[in-house]
Amino acid sequence: MINIPPAFIYIIGALLIPLVRLRRLQQALALLIPLLAMGTLLQMQQGVYWQVQFLDYELILGRVDRLSLLFAYIFVIISFISMVYAIHIKEMGQHVAAYLYVGSTLGVVFAGDLFSLFFFWEVMAAASVFLIWYNKTPTSLAAGFRYAMVHLFGGAILLGGIVMQVSTTGSIAFNPFDLSTLSAKFILFGFLINAAVPPLHAWLPDAYPEGTITGSVFMTAFTTKSAVYVLARGFAGTELLVWLGAIMTLYGVIYAVIEKDIRRLLAYHIVSQVGYMVCAVGLGTEMAINGAGAHAFCHIIYKAVLFMGMGAVIYVTGRRNILDLKGRNLYKKMPITLVLYMVGAFSISAVPLFNGFVSKTMIVAAAGYSHRPVIELMLHLASVGTFLSVGLKLPWGVWFGKPDGSEDEIADVKDPPLNMQLGMGLGALLCIITGIFPQTLYKILPYEVHFHPYAPSHVVASLQLLLLTLAGFCLYTNKLMAGKKSISLDTDWFYRSFGYAVLLFCTYPLNRLRNLIKAAFANKTESAVRLSKHPYALLEIVWYAIIGQEKSITELLQRPYDEKDYRIPVGIGVCASLIFLFLYALIYMRVAG
Amino acid sequence: MKTTRRRIMLAAIVVVFLLGFIFPNPHPHFWWQKIPVFDIFFGFFGSILLIVFAKWLGHNWLLKDKDYYNND
Repeated sequence: MINIPPAFIYIIGALLIPLVRLRRLQQALALLIPLLAMGTLLQMQQGVYWQVQFLDYELILGRVDRLSLLFAYIFVIISFISMVYAIHIKEMGQHVAAYLYVGSTLGVVFAGDLFSLFFFWEVMAAASVFLIWYNKTPTSLAAGFRYAMVHLFGGAILLGGIVMQVSTTGSIAFNPFDLSTLSAKFILFGFLINAAVPPLHAWLPDAYPEGTITGSVFMTAFTTKSAVYVLARGFAGTELLVWLGAIMTLYGVIYAVIEKDIRRLLAYHIVSQVGYMVCAVGLGTEMAINGAGAHAFCHIIYKAVLFMGMGAVIYVTGRRNILDLKGRNLYKKMPITLVLYMVGAFSISAVPLFNGFVSKTMIVAAAGYSHRPVIELMLHLASVGTFLSVGLKLPWGVWFGKPDGSEDEIADVKDPPLNMQLGMGLGALLCIITGIFPQTLYKILPYEVHFHPYAPSHVVASLQLLLLTLAGFCLYTNKLMAGKKSISLDTDWFYRSFGYAVLLFCTYPLNRLRNLIKAAFANKTESAVRLSKHPYALLEIVWYAIIGQEKSITELLQRPYDEKDYRIPVGIGVCASLIFLFLYALIYMRVAG
Repeated sequence: MKTTRRRIMLAAIVVVFLLGFIFPNPHPHFWWQKIPVFDIFFGFFGSILLIVFAKWLGHNWLLKDKDYYNND
């Protein structure tokens, strides 16, 4: 369609959006960009394109194979859906930031070399932070700064790894890494920060709930899933990832049980779901890599639907905590949002006929085929927790909930604007289509698929699991809903406390030292100031010392300033310059002669 | 109303219990996959375990006052 890398379709598009003055045209352009990119993607053949010479290296902006195409398809699809959801936003900057973010993610996906990978990696972080800052609250400003700091730190580590890699091997190719080298360890560390692997994950539940309603929908899709992609490229089959991934799934689930902030709860479930993908990448078999890709595809859609649903609730009610929403019968006021949210919730919970079922079960089965009993059980338990929090606790708390008499009325709310409903609807539709017809997804996976999600025993086992999770929820509903407004500590405690400690250090010990120094030198500077007003006083002091006449220094210095003391006839200046010229001429003739 | 819901729930559990015996896992990888009703117990006790453990952890350690980071 257009012979430029899809990344640049978005980046150029993002820069064009502000130039269009007519609002309708602007909206049309914003929706046209993903369509153009999709058209380009559909025409791309596997191979290597867009090689650019840079210094002594060859950058590859288009490494096209089944893995990169899979991720590119879903990134483009979700950018369209998210833009439909966000199209009512009048502030152009938000669209620009979102598309720079999408474009740079596509750059990462198609990067065949480490330099362009790093470039797009950094643009991704820089563009996405604005989606947090546009929320324009003090908390989002602070969260955005923390987000930026963590990603800059991760980027620096990644760059360190890349530089070491290039200087030891001489090649900038982005191929599977050898983890025994130090450079690969650095690169892995950089990737793990973006994949939000504990304990490096705290930026995610810290920042995503603070983003704008529409910006957060974009953010859920790109950063973590592009990290899964680069892990699958560079570190497939790494044992460490199997365990980190499995721990992630449970880590997110446990936090989600105690979380009351509706978008922070969902953010912890991103950590949990990305855990499945990281674990699958670690397993590294064909089935597991297929599972990681398929789950990334499905996860991006249903997580967007979930964030759109909760975003809609915040948009119309202005409330973000379960404790401010429960027992207000919101289901009567925003039924469409509830239904569409539940499609996403059933998808993430892997209910049969919804898309999570066709991808998550593939990863769990891959753990079985790799004979990993503990891992299989951990992933299985995380499925229970997913349905518990996202499928039951959150919708129950937001739309239903038992009133206890203390509730204030939420007046005059209804389902959000049409475009927001449409965005959710498109996402929900895709969840159902891929859930019912898994072959549509399996056809574009990296390897051939020999997995049948709808084997009767699979379906029955899932129903057993889900139904009894529901039973457990019913028994403990009150316990889950109880509590007061609070925040949960996570590993961001370390850098937040460190930041606070630095602040304290500056305010007290460092400031005291400054005061000490100031006190010690204050009178000295005073003398220096006075001396600078009477430069000759110094000479006078020396002169009086020589001739043995006692005169106090302060007396000399405190003499009122008289400009006549420092005024010399013009002739002296002329004479001095003549002497200088004469000396100069002498030296010149001596050297030249 | 409440008892009706409870009855539906129990009936559904009985149905999936029986279905577990009708459709056993044809390719079990681990011993627990050979138990037709394993997921019934895993789902029930797993959810309770998660709730109790997470609540305990939150109560004793993780949950702090909402001004925790702002008291400077």
